[in-house]
Amino acid sequence: MNSLRDWMMPMQASEHAAKIDNLYLFIFWLTLAFFILIAYLTVAFAWKYRRKKEGVLTVNLQHNLALELVWSIIPLILVIGIFFWGFNDYAAASVAPNDALEIHVTGKKWNWSFEYPDGTRSIRSLHVPVNKPIRLIMTSEDVLHAFFIPSMRVKQDVIPGRYVDLNFTPTVAGRHQVFCAEYCGRDHSGMMADLFVDTPAKYAEWLEKGDEELYKMKPAELGKMVWEMKGCNSCHTIDGTKGEGPSFKGIFGKTEKFRDGSTIVVDENYIRESILNPQAKVVAGFEPVMPTFQGLLREIEIKGVIAYIKELK
Amino acid sequence: MADTVASPQVHGPVGQHDVDYLHDGSLLSWLTTVDHKKLGVMYLWSILFMFFLGGIFALLVRLELFAPGKTIMDAETYNKVFTLHGAIMVFLFIIPSIPAALGNFALPIMLGAKDVAFPRLNLLSFWIYATGAMIAVVAMVTGGVDTGWTFYTPYSTTTDGSVALMTFAAFVLGFSSILTGVNFIATVHKLRAPGMGWFKMPLFIWGIYSTAIIQVLATPVLAITLLLLIMERTFGVGVFDPKLGGDPVLFQHFFWFYSHPAVYIMILPGMAIISEIVPAMSQKTFFGYKATAFSSVAIAIVSFVVWGHHMFTSGQSQLAGAIFSFLTFLVGIPSAIKVFNWITTMYKGSISLQAPMLYALMFLILFGIGGLTGIFLGAMSVDIHLHDTYFVVAHFHYVMMGSTVIAFFGGLHYWWPKMFGRMYNETAARIAAILVFIGFNTTFLPQFLLGSRGMPRRYYNYLPEFQFLHQVSTVGSWILGLGFLIMAGYLFASLRKKFDAPPNPWHARTLEWQIPSPPITHNFHEVPVVKSDPYDYYRPFEPSVKGHH
Repeated sequence: MNSLRDWMMPMQASEHAAKIDNLYLFIFWLTLAFFILIAYLTVAFAWKYRRKKEGVLTVNLQHNLALELVWSIIPLILVIGIFFWGFNDYAAASVAPNDALEIHVTGKKWNWSFEYPDGTRSIRSLHVPVNKPIRLIMTSEDVLHAFFIPSMRVKQDVIPGRYVDLNFTPTVAGRHQVFCAEYCGRDHSGMMADLFVDTPAKYAEWLEKGDEELYKMKPAELGKMVWEMKGCNSCHTIDGTKGEGPSFKGIFGKTEKFRDGSTIVVDENYIRESILNPQAKVVAGFEPVMPTFQGLLREIEIKGVIAYIKELK
Repeated sequence: MADTVASPQVHGPVGQHDVDYLHDGSLLSWLTTVDHKKLGVMYLWSILFMFFLGGIFALLVRLELFAPGKTIMDAETYNKVFTLHGAIMVFLFIIPSIPAALGNFALPIMLGAKDVAFPRLNLLSFWIYATGAMIAVVAMVTGGVDTGWTFYTPYSTTTDGSVALMTFAAFVLGFSSILTGVNFIATVHKLRAPGMGWFKMPLFIWGIYSTAIIQVLATPVLAITLLLLIMERTFGVGVFDPKLGGDPVLFQHFFWFYSHPAVYIMILPGMAIISEIVPAMSQKTFFGYKATAFSSVAIAIVSFVVWGHHMFTSGQSQLAGAIFSFLTFLVGIPSAIKVFNWITTMYKGSISLQAPMLYALMFLILFGIGGLTGIFLGAMSVDIHLHDTYFVVAHFHYVMMGSTVIAFFGGLHYWWPKMFGRMYNETAARIAAILVFIGFNTTFLPQFLLGSRGMPRRYYNYLPEFQFLHQVSTVGSWILGLGFLIMAGYLFASLRKKFDAPPNPWHARTLEWQIPSPPITHNFHEVPVVKSDPYDYYRPFEPSVKGHH
């Protein structure tokens, strides 16, 4: 029984996966029985009553009330039972407990990106702690996508201009596959992500340090990624044009004049201060609108941003 | 009554015009004909061409999926190819296939009429179909379409290509479908021969009649939806795209409000053919005639309120989802009743295993699988896992192709001698039928497993773990293709012969078998007077048509 299930279905890795599989298997055995009945009768009648002589008259069978009631009512009762079974499990799976960990998911051709409660972000890889209810709050920036984790037995269309949620409690640590299941164009089949279900300690460590890849990247590359992913790019350009904030181009080593009239030569310490405490020294001609990134950027990411700005001569 | 709206080509007293319809007239007279039989034949060649075209695209899709990554084409081409496969098969082949080709040919004769109620409208339907098909071809060669046949927004309103033109083609084709539906409804109501009460009609008529009701009621909704899509794409009128203040899920509601009933526009005519072939080839009274007739009508009605089962994961309300799930299970019951009726009709029959019956038997098995796998998808919790995977692809191919298309070919083999006056090679037909059956199952059975294991549909590339099942499926598509190739061979070969079909090769008792093969232009010399039920195989035959045999 279990080996049949493992042959037909992916690994069971969430709390409600077993419920779905039980109904799946129930329907499988039930429909198999009906199929065997239909196929057997079809083939057996076709063979047994095959034409042996031309031009014979056959019996006149037009009705059999008892038989007709049986084959109407039994399937009706069975499908109504299956309806309630399926609906109950569906309803149970779609409600998130109050203590669920909320993670924001954004779909955009052809990537998934994730934002955690502490401000950490990741692309194409989602990290969650094991045995903790997860609530994904999802939206799309362009067309329809669908977030599908086969081993968790969850799937939800992701819709532009709207938040939809997806709930599951992962029970098996390790790597799981995420697909996009709603057709979205050229790289639809490449719009995948890795779901890493970690122990709580490993999850906390990941939040602290980030992906191992961060440590392998060149600092300036990492800085460019931070500039894009953390939204620096919405105010700070890299080509010298003025935005909400000063452009990064050529700013390193330049003497900046502040709103209070003082000046400073832009160096590593000034950039670091501007990220963590942006209101301290606001460049003349700009409004003090930048939020603090205290606690939202890792040390290595701040270093990356500094390296990136240094490169933008 | 029937005679007042007959073909305007009538000249001379009825009964004087003995030429068979195939040899009656030049090419121009074919293209401007109002004869339902000629229109049926013209539709037949058109849809068979479209089936060929859609089939080539299907083979290309399967070939590309033989290995992960690029096999024969790039991702953008693949997306266009699977879109064209779906759009051609749905809008240009399956929807018009049985009603417009076989229905046009057989329905008036089976009712004992000279033609449909509005012969000129029938000609108009054909040319609207031809126009729609030509627009679709233009859309294919001027940029193509990569949206999938479902045209989901906002992808369809933002992607490149000839989406507006292709949707316009579907819009135009819809009118052909509506007009054919109107024509058949009027014909069934007004042109039945004397003595043919509603319950003396062949079940094929009940099926086509139910289909016509859906065509007339549902197709306008598709027309409006596609028009809104064109407006949004071309003029930026915000209806579906959130960037313009629209709602993308609204499009899905509109689309499936038509396209779910459209599934029954496709399957009801298939069931209608099986209801004709099974009693005729079994020489047996139909078991549960009224139950089968009414279940067609019941399916037609309930089919309008199940569209939301395509949208369990779309973000529609859970209450709506629950109602749609419940109604979906209910609509399955009339189909189950039909299956049991067909099987019981075979009981104690005198069953001929010639080609039409082989297709009917294949239908019973394949529709069994298609229908039963629908139960998985109707159950909400299980559907969450299976939605938009290959399980769905396999399920609807068992229903659309394994059932409707197989029934269509069953009907084609059944009425071919009547349409063209020639018998095809029976041995070749049996070999082709068996190859089609094996090929079909080899192609689509593995896809259930692919889907339950999590393989999403419309994927150009896939993970290596899915490769084996994809390869089995692709090999199956070749066997299927071979079966159809053989079929094309013996059908075309039969057309080179002289007329050799007897009027009634199957010893059937409906009216079309009581006139010569092929029929004369006006079908009947005299208006037939129907005395017996269409499937009275328990007593000696009492013809309703005078002047033959």
